[in-house]
Amino acid sequence: MSTNTASSSSAAAGSADASAPRRNSKRPKYSRFTQQELPACKPILTPKWVISAFLLVSVVFIPIGVASLFASRDVVEIVDRYETDCIPVANRTDKVKYIQSSGNNICNRTLTVPKRMKHPIYVYYQLDNFYQNHRRYVKSRSDAQLKSNSSAGDVSSCKPEDMANGQPIVPCGLIAWSLFNDTYNFSRNNQGLTVNKKGISWKSDRENKFGKDVYPTNFQKGTLQGGAILNSSIPLSEQEDLIVWMRTAALPTFRKLYGKIEVDLQANDIIQVVLENNYNTYSFNGKKKLVLSTTSWLGGKNDFLGIAYLTVGGLCFVLALTFTVVYLVKPRRLGDPSYLSWNRNPGGR
Amino acid sequence: MLITMKRYIYINDDEISHDLYCDNRISNRKYTLLNFLPKNLWEQFSRFMNQYFLLIACLQLWPLITPVNPASTWGPLIFIFAVSATKEAWDDYNRYLSDRKANEKEVWVVRQGIRKHVQAQDIHVGNIVWIRENDEVPCDLVLLGSSDPQGVCYIETAALDGETDLKTRVIPSACMGIEYELLHKIKGVIECHSPDKDIRRFDANLRLFPPFLDNDLCPLTITNTILQSCYLRNTEWACGVAVYTGNETKLGMSRGIPEPKLTAVDATIDKLTGAIFIFQIVVVIVLGIAGNVWKDTEARKQWYVHYPMEGPWFELLIIPLRFELLCSIMIPISIKVSLDLVKSLYAKFIDWDNKMIDQETCTPSHATNTAISEDLGQVEYILTDKTGTLTENKMIFRRCCINGVFYGNESGDALKDAELIDAVSSGSADVVRFLTVMAICNTVIPVKSKSGDILYKAQSQDEDALVHAAVQLHMVFVNRNANILEIKFNASTIQYEVLETLEFTSDRKRMSVVVKNCQNGRILLLSKGADEAILPYACAGQQTRAFLEAVEQYTQLGLRTLCLAWRELKEDEYREWSLLLKEASSTLVDREWRIAEVCQRLEHDLEILGVTAIEDRLQDGVPETIETLRKAGINFWMLTGDKQNTAIQIALSCNFISPEPKGQLLSIDGRTEDEVHRSLERVLLTMRITMSEPKDLAFVVDGWALEIALKYYRKAFTELAILSRTAICCRVTPSQKAQLVELLKSCDYRTLAIGDGGNDVRMIQQADIGVGISGREGLQAARAADYSIGKFRFLKRLILVHGRYSYNRTAFLAQYSFYKSLLICFIQIFFSFISGVSGTSLFNSVSLMAYNVFYTSIPVLVSVLDKDLGEETVMQHPQILFYCQAGRLLNPSTFAGWFGRSLFHALVVFVISINAYAYEKSEMEEVSMVALSGCIWLQVFVVTLETNSFTTLQHIAIWGNLVAFYLINWIFSAVPSSGMYTIMFRLCRQPSYWTTVFLIVAAGMGPILALKYFRYTYRPSKINTLQQAERMGGPILSIGSIEPQPRSLEKDVSPLSITLPKNRNPVFEPLLSDSPNTRRSFGSGTPFDFFQSPSRLSLSYARNCKDN
Repeated sequence: MSTNTASSSSAAAGSADASAPRRNSKRPKYSRFTQQELPACKPILTPKWVISAFLLVSVVFIPIGVASLFASRDVVEIVDRYETDCIPVANRTDKVKYIQSSGNNICNRTLTVPKRMKHPIYVYYQLDNFYQNHRRYVKSRSDAQLKSNSSAGDVSSCKPEDMANGQPIVPCGLIAWSLFNDTYNFSRNNQGLTVNKKGISWKSDRENKFGKDVYPTNFQKGTLQGGAILNSSIPLSEQEDLIVWMRTAALPTFRKLYGKIEVDLQANDIIQVVLENNYNTYSFNGKKKLVLSTTSWLGGKNDFLGIAYLTVGGLCFVLALTFTVVYLVKPRRLGDPSYLSWNRNPGGR
Repeated sequence: MLITMKRYIYINDDEISHDLYCDNRISNRKYTLLNFLPKNLWEQFSRFMNQYFLLIACLQLWPLITPVNPASTWGPLIFIFAVSATKEAWDDYNRYLSDRKANEKEVWVVRQGIRKHVQAQDIHVGNIVWIRENDEVPCDLVLLGSSDPQGVCYIETAALDGETDLKTRVIPSACMGIEYELLHKIKGVIECHSPDKDIRRFDANLRLFPPFLDNDLCPLTITNTILQSCYLRNTEWACGVAVYTGNETKLGMSRGIPEPKLTAVDATIDKLTGAIFIFQIVVVIVLGIAGNVWKDTEARKQWYVHYPMEGPWFELLIIPLRFELLCSIMIPISIKVSLDLVKSLYAKFIDWDNKMIDQETCTPSHATNTAISEDLGQVEYILTDKTGTLTENKMIFRRCCINGVFYGNESGDALKDAELIDAVSSGSADVVRFLTVMAICNTVIPVKSKSGDILYKAQSQDEDALVHAAVQLHMVFVNRNANILEIKFNASTIQYEVLETLEFTSDRKRMSVVVKNCQNGRILLLSKGADEAILPYACAGQQTRAFLEAVEQYTQLGLRTLCLAWRELKEDEYREWSLLLKEASSTLVDREWRIAEVCQRLEHDLEILGVTAIEDRLQDGVPETIETLRKAGINFWMLTGDKQNTAIQIALSCNFISPEPKGQLLSIDGRTEDEVHRSLERVLLTMRITMSEPKDLAFVVDGWALEIALKYYRKAFTELAILSRTAICCRVTPSQKAQLVELLKSCDYRTLAIGDGGNDVRMIQQADIGVGISGREGLQAARAADYSIGKFRFLKRLILVHGRYSYNRTAFLAQYSFYKSLLICFIQIFFSFISGVSGTSLFNSVSLMAYNVFYTSIPVLVSVLDKDLGEETVMQHPQILFYCQAGRLLNPSTFAGWFGRSLFHALVVFVISINAYAYEKSEMEEVSMVALSGCIWLQVFVVTLETNSFTTLQHIAIWGNLVAFYLINWIFSAVPSSGMYTIMFRLCRQPSYWTTVFLIVAAGMGPILALKYFRYTYRPSKINTLQQAERMGGPILSIGSIEPQPRSLEKDVSPLSITLPKNRNPVFEPLLSDSPNTRRSFGSGTPFDFFQSPSRLSLSYARNCKDN
């Protein structure tokens, strides 16, 4: 059917003649896409394929699991929960009142190093039951204000910690207001252990999120004092405790980096910690812990990945084994036409 | 008849009718420049989904409750609205352009007695409009003059009704002979109906004013009009007075937007959306209450959250509203857009399909309605027309019986019968008369082409066949010059003057012409028509037995029969009668009936000349198509205007019904209520009894009995309709066809109506899916239909390939869209449990917006290329369509599977992310991106697992999407204000990130793969089994082939199991109201072998061996 046949036939004339080429042009162009004939690979779930997939997963996952578990076990971690112990026995009936009364909150803790810890040793404080991810809390900050001096008045998102005495607070918002303010001093064998508090925050935060020309002003001057008070002569980009704190945690249990100890600790070393217990977690029954930890290639001490990998790998292996056994015991031909009901009783469906 | 409104048109009177009627400005526009925005927005917002999204978007403007940047909803919303609005605007602009082109076209109109060039839009009712050859008619005109001395002009009405033949139009007798110059000054009044859309009817009267006074009321019919959008052909000029203008023309009135059709899949999706909406409300209420309780018990103690002691009055609402916003992504905003997109692609695939091009006419298939392809895969009933749909509607003259002598019985072709040729050359009087009637008793127009050949423009295929046969027998119809016909027989030329044409109507079932032989002045009445319309009027004394036998014999062969007859009229008789006719044709009330009555007075005492038998061949592949589709579980009903006998013959020959003893045909007949009732009960009883037997039962009903059954015994008939897989309804009217469709639809069946002619239009529009065959009867049906195909056999491919794939693909796409939205929403909900039920969003605005729009939409969109089974496999195992018909792939239980999967995956992602990123790593932005990566990776594998065939495009989309996810996030990570500055770079360097992601994939996909494998191997569905067979080359493919077999043309007819009523009750006037131009009630049929054994050819099948 081409234009040739239409024009060569003498019978075709008049309107038929005119319509033939027009109709021809409507004819779709042939391509494999338009005809839905693109070459395709059509895999099916054959036993061989599925069993080897499961085997492969288990073969890969179990070693990774073992490696992660080892990595996690290699990490030496000292955890010291202190929030109750640091309150004198006499005051334990009303801890909130104790923590809110200004006074000497010094508390001495002794830690024993169980195993040799290679530097750098990270010092974290861990808070439990603290909802940094609460919607009211997590939104209460002003990134613009933190970044540049000119946006100091940009406090609309910081309510209720936006203004104090008619002046905008820098840094504003609940997050900054509730900055953690316990302090730790470490000594080993009566020799001071220096804790390096430089470089504990993200470099990108220091450089791009917290301004070098932004200084705390009007901070903690409101009716209620939240957490720590910032030195108003140091720009925000150097207030690393604040920067760390402002990286809100996704979980109600979290650790924040306090500093790094840049020397190795030997097994059975005794470490004295003189800590200042200021932060109020008592009103909501939050726990406070001091954590000293080394790291591995996977991060801190966390068995979850290793166990999960071993579990998944193991389950895959079991599945592969089961499928193999079932396949061998009760083989079933794929694509057997007798499974089609209409082949069994013609006519019915 | 009700004629309530009339209009009086004063010809050439510029003042009077100016203000009464609208001008000729055509407007198809939906919008104007001013009302576009409000009207379009109003239309878009009348949809529930859009209202919902708008509400969400508005709530997000309230910073107190919005979990994310409002842009995450406004962006996609505005985008989606802009896309729809732009499409509407573009369509409307194109309509405006085409309107303007039509409106500004220059036409010649008489103004103050002088012909002027004006724009078409300035034509007013009563203006005289001049048209030249090949001009388009600007409005509906009543002819006043034409270049032809006899006042004839020819028009092509293709744009109106799709018929490509030329039609004759004549000027009213009152205007006959008016001088060219005087036509400018003509005055008069036309009395006609108010505008309507009936393009076949125009009943009016014309009275001219002095000096053209004719004193007579001159009747006007449709033949005196030329309607808008026709073309003037073969006539130098014509002029007429505008009667209907602008949007009030016949064409304008018939324009209309049909009701949008909703597919079953769409309805299911809407229901699922509703269910999710309810689920979402429940979640919001539960979390809202929990949130408020937590706030009052816990959050007050959390001093750092600093809850004020006294909140505003709406305080209790804040947390539920936050959750409402957080959960709003449960209903994917993109689903409508994606569905529209893939649906238009399905439609394009139909348009593009090379295997559905009619090779004869080069007509590709076309999907006019792009929104209902899925329904094709869910068809349960097909209601088909017969003539032109199952048959080719290409008539071939096969046999004849002249004066008792049978010709063509041996060879099967009378034109090659030596006896007949001898008789023709010897000039046997009977034969010559027979041929004369064949040649000129018609409305065929011969057109001389440049090469000297004569082409015939016939409105009826039967007439065309007869004229061509006459030519072969040396009786050549040479020319029709106004009323003078010229025929050539052997060497001599004979001229006849046509005095009157007694039109065919489906009531009369015959047509006649009164001609005067110009040589000897004898006046003859030539008639042709159905046997029951001719034979009873034979002159006394003539034996009609032979003709009855001939008719019987031909009908048994499935041939369409026509009886030819003539009578010589006396001059006086004719004159007397013509006065009666004139009177009858000027009535306004019941004109058609009056004319029929007058005609009856002339058509009696006929001398029967003979019987012609015309073959209407079955289209290629019809029996195979019906067999295949029936195997697919589709029930067939044949609705035809044809005779019962012929319909049954055709039904037998195309596998529609099976011959005895396998099949049984039950007949419902009767003329009275009681008879029909008894017959119906009997058939119903038989049906119930034989239900268990493997017997192909069918019932046959005619229009009269159907009318009674539908009116009085609807319930019983409905039950019968449910029980019976096959039915033949003969002698049914277009409205009855539509009623039957309605009946089946009311029983919740998906119906597909297929037809080719104007009388199928109502049924096509009524059905869930209308398919039109762009055939010889014009394009009317194809225009009204949702799909137009060239041949009936393409229906198989349309349903089994396109319909099935569309259904499968949409089912996957829709459920997957819900799955991915639910997945991310569940994670948000889980996160709220560890964030103090305060409605914090784990994901940032950018991710949420991009998740639906970029990350997850592209891989699933390419699932439009997915094929679960090869086309050949589906064609060989049409039973597999059952899965689509029963909605097995998209229903609440499959959806529950996807729902469960999203819940499971959300749990996996959430638990693994928060445990792997615990303690010192628990940084909000990092955890959020880990969880998001986990989702994206899972998506990739879910799509991969659910895809049945991978083309390169799919690989690119699936894996490219993953790459794109990282690229996009790296870009965002480089922007300090994005809320995820440097996060992605940090994560990608951490080994723990990658181990976490792989753990999520393995833990998420392992159980799903295991479950799928188990089902696939040990509980395979039919689809799975066929997939395995197809890809492993099992023996399954050699069972039965459906290749069409070459079939012998004629075989003997099997005996029919039922006794048909021999003599039609004369009370029964067929209810057919076919268009007068489609003469299809003459009877038709085809001789075919009915016992075509299903071929069991083992076909070596070239497999796709690209599988593993």
